Amino acid sequence: MAYLIDRRINGRNKSAVNRDRFMRRFRGRIKEAVERAIKHRSIKEIDSGEKVSIPARDISEPTFRPGRGGVWESVHPGNEEYQRGDRIPRPKGGGGTGGGEASSEGEGEDDFVFELSREEFLNYFFEDLALPNLVKTQLASIKDYKTTRAGYTVDGTPTNIHVVRSLRGAIGRRIALASPLAAELHKQEEELHRLEAAPVPDMLRINELREQIHALKSRIYRIPYLDPFDLRYRNRVQVPQPSARAVMFCLMDVSGSMDENRKDIAKRFFTLLYLFLTRNYDTVEVVFIRHHTQAEEVDEETFFRSRETGGTVVSSALELMNEIIERRYPASEWNIYGAQASDGDNWHDDSPRCRHLLAAEIMPRLQYYAYVEIAEAEPQNLWREYEFLAEHFKHRFAIQRIRRLDEIYPVFRELFRKTNAFAY
Amino acid sequence: MPSRTERLPAGSAPRPAPAEGRKGGARASKKLPTGSEWSFDALERYDKAIARVAGEFGLDTWPVQLEIISSEQMMDAYASAGMPTGYHHWSYGKHFLATEKRYKRGEMGLAYEIVINSNPCVAYLMEENTLTMQALVIAHAAYGHNSFFKGNHLFRQWTDAGTIIDYLVFARDYLADCERRHGVDAVEDVLDSCHALSNVGIDRYKRPQKLSLAREQSRQREREEYLQSQVNDLWRTLPAREAAPEQAAEERFPPEPEENLLYFIEKYAPMMEPWQREVVRIVRKIAQYFYPQRQTKVMNEGWACFWHYTLLNALYDRKQLSDGFMIEFLQSHTNVIYQPPVTKPHYYGINPYALGYGMMNDLRRIAEAPTDEDRQWFPDIAGRDWREALDFAMRNFKDESFIAQYLSPRLMREMHLFSVVDDEKQSDLLVSAIHNEDGYRHLRQVLSDQHNVANIDPDIQVWSVRTRGDRSLTLRHFMHNDRPLADTTDEMLRHVARLWGFDVFLESINASGEIVSTHACRYEKRHER
Repeated sequence: MAYLIDRRINGRNKSAVNRDRFMRRFRGRIKEAVERAIKHRSIKEIDSGEKVSIPARDISEPTFRPGRGGVWESVHPGNEEYQRGDRIPRPKGGGGTGGGEASSEGEGEDDFVFELSREEFLNYFFEDLALPNLVKTQLASIKDYKTTRAGYTVDGTPTNIHVVRSLRGAIGRRIALASPLAAELHKQEEELHRLEAAPVPDMLRINELREQIHALKSRIYRIPYLDPFDLRYRNRVQVPQPSARAVMFCLMDVSGSMDENRKDIAKRFFTLLYLFLTRNYDTVEVVFIRHHTQAEEVDEETFFRSRETGGTVVSSALELMNEIIERRYPASEWNIYGAQASDGDNWHDDSPRCRHLLAAEIMPRLQYYAYVEIAEAEPQNLWREYEFLAEHFKHRFAIQRIRRLDEIYPVFRELFRKTNAFAY
Repeated sequence: MPSRTERLPAGSAPRPAPAEGRKGGARASKKLPTGSEWSFDALERYDKAIARVAGEFGLDTWPVQLEIISSEQMMDAYASAGMPTGYHHWSYGKHFLATEKRYKRGEMGLAYEIVINSNPCVAYLMEENTLTMQALVIAHAAYGHNSFFKGNHLFRQWTDAGTIIDYLVFARDYLADCERRHGVDAVEDVLDSCHALSNVGIDRYKRPQKLSLAREQSRQREREEYLQSQVNDLWRTLPAREAAPEQAAEERFPPEPEENLLYFIEKYAPMMEPWQREVVRIVRKIAQYFYPQRQTKVMNEGWACFWHYTLLNALYDRKQLSDGFMIEFLQSHTNVIYQPPVTKPHYYGINPYALGYGMMNDLRRIAEAPTDEDRQWFPDIAGRDWREALDFAMRNFKDESFIAQYLSPRLMREMHLFSVVDDEKQSDLLVSAIHNEDGYRHLRQVLSDQHNVANIDPDIQVWSVRTRGDRSLTLRHFMHNDRPLADTTDEMLRHVARLWGFDVFLESINASGEIVSTHACRYEKRHER
């Protein structure tokens, strides 16, 4: 007699370790594939999974095998027309009846392809990036949990029993179960009284009623005072508790001097930052400020989509940013980050003002400020002013010039690289 | 590994058998449960019925252990070649990912049975299978393969079904311990190289000792020390004094060429740590355990297919199975034993199931109803008791000899076999024989050679070691039919060099003893990961 064993309950995910080993071993390869994908796909599409293909030869498990060449003789089924001595042209590409078949049993030479989920893909992408100087409190992604009440449940530990709730339920249940019986009892007791009061008591009926009354009473008596069914427990759930809050200001020049191409680059730059933030920090707020001669706070959609024309006054955006910080994001509670994209054009007189605003008002409140200038020409006055700032706030103020789409990513890496250099 | 896998072709979802109403007490109790849903009770009844019929046919089996598993567990098992437990390695993860991807996309059906050559014989039943499929798997694996494992001489001599699971547990624990002590990377390096060389880590001719867990454990430490002392002894001599270089060159090591490269490395690699030697040994032992499987694929599958067909038909003849059951069963059966002809685009060579099943069935036919041709070709089988004839064949052959002995002209005609010579020096392929009177013997010989593992794997042997010089290792590849080595060779040599720890050379020798080509791999310590 055979043993029959149900193994389904145990040993799930037995391959998890081996799968991890696989990912670990080809980590470099996978990262390469991810980086290649980032280079080639539009940043707006970055938020999705990726097919990673690893060249078969890298992943192959080689053995000593016979190669092509030499003499092979092999037997095949399904002969229809051949006679001994027939010659068959050698199949192209080695398929069909060619040699080497004995060893190459269907082992394709294709690349090994597997899917990285969106999560995994972005994990690799953001792997060694982190907002620098997140020193006030811990990283937002390391969640703290706070236990809060969330109503009642029907099971739990004895310590969590809610007595009032449980007893309330018990009373209800007792009433519900007992009331039909009680009504019946009442009726019968009345009849009994009537019969007993009668001049000639019908003893037979009276005894019968007494028995019935007794039975009903004991049934009512047997209804439990407290049933496990009544028990209610206080329910407590774990609610993620943000331990660090960060706000990111995105400043972009949408003036006439920013042409489509530059805007596009800037947009991609912000998209990347925004993605990074929304990905890594649950409690990051993002403020979008666009400006020409005037600045306004807009939502994400408008920020990236709308078209404006006009001159450029960078300080208007900085002023607005400052105002918003004062109003909504006290530096004692928020880690504040700034990111600005511009073509470097500015009213000549405005640039020193920008520098002053940043140095005196904004930078003291900020963790980090990043500026990208999308320009091919010589740096203009804004850049030169910012250079002073970069010198002054050495590890908290970063500036970069980019010219082409494919330079965004390195710039991004440069700005947000997880290095000690950025520490205070 | 001691496992057999079969695929349910994608898209051939088994149809549920029509449920049958129970008709009256006596007959209903004799009938086995119907419907597509299985239950533990139903499986037990099927197993009992199949076991009884198998016993009547005289099948000798290990005790059976049926295990119900989920599809994910099946993929796990599939990824690790059916080993119920094993050490961790990325390659198993790779296979799992590949299987999972293809399964999820519906490109392949999962192996619907895996059976482990152990005592008791473990057969996996996947929970998604219908009742009919479960019954088919029980008949095929738990009684067909099982009796083959127990009866075939290769398995009897080379494997010990009683201890394999224990040994795998030992290997897993030992490697986990190594990883703790020496780091995952160090262990992975050794394992990678050993896996690559596992095909040349087999004793093909001299039978190794059976695995015994108790002995392995008690001797393992002892062996470590002993091995290390032996190695030290061999290499003790300081690099030869310049005074007598010729004399040193005279001494040959090893005195005889060694076919088992991993064994040689385990025993003699100069710089290996004791634990590394043990890892080599583990891989070698497990590869050795697989070896009989590779040599009996056709026979083993043919035997199992023959018996699931015979056993279930016997039950049907006794009216214990419904027509719906039989239709579903026959559909799966014909899928498994289908041999696409060479002209079809999905032709991938001879299907071992088809060939094996065809030959087993043919054997029975020859015994039961021989023709004059059969009497001439198989005088000692024709007219004999078919069970004895089959049992004898199952016990005493491997694929190569089984085909050479039993492939009948009639089956060659039925399969329309023909043989083709592919000589790289010729521009065309040449048809060397077809299924006619002139061709039978030639065809049989070629098909037999084609299933000879020794012909499939290149013949590579340890030729010499410069014990007094740079400690380089020279391998020799004895070419069969002028077949060169594939382009993996350089990579393979890197694996050899990693284990050996010094330069490695490989020379390919043709039939007339000339060196046709050489490969070299310089070992550079600095490039070690």
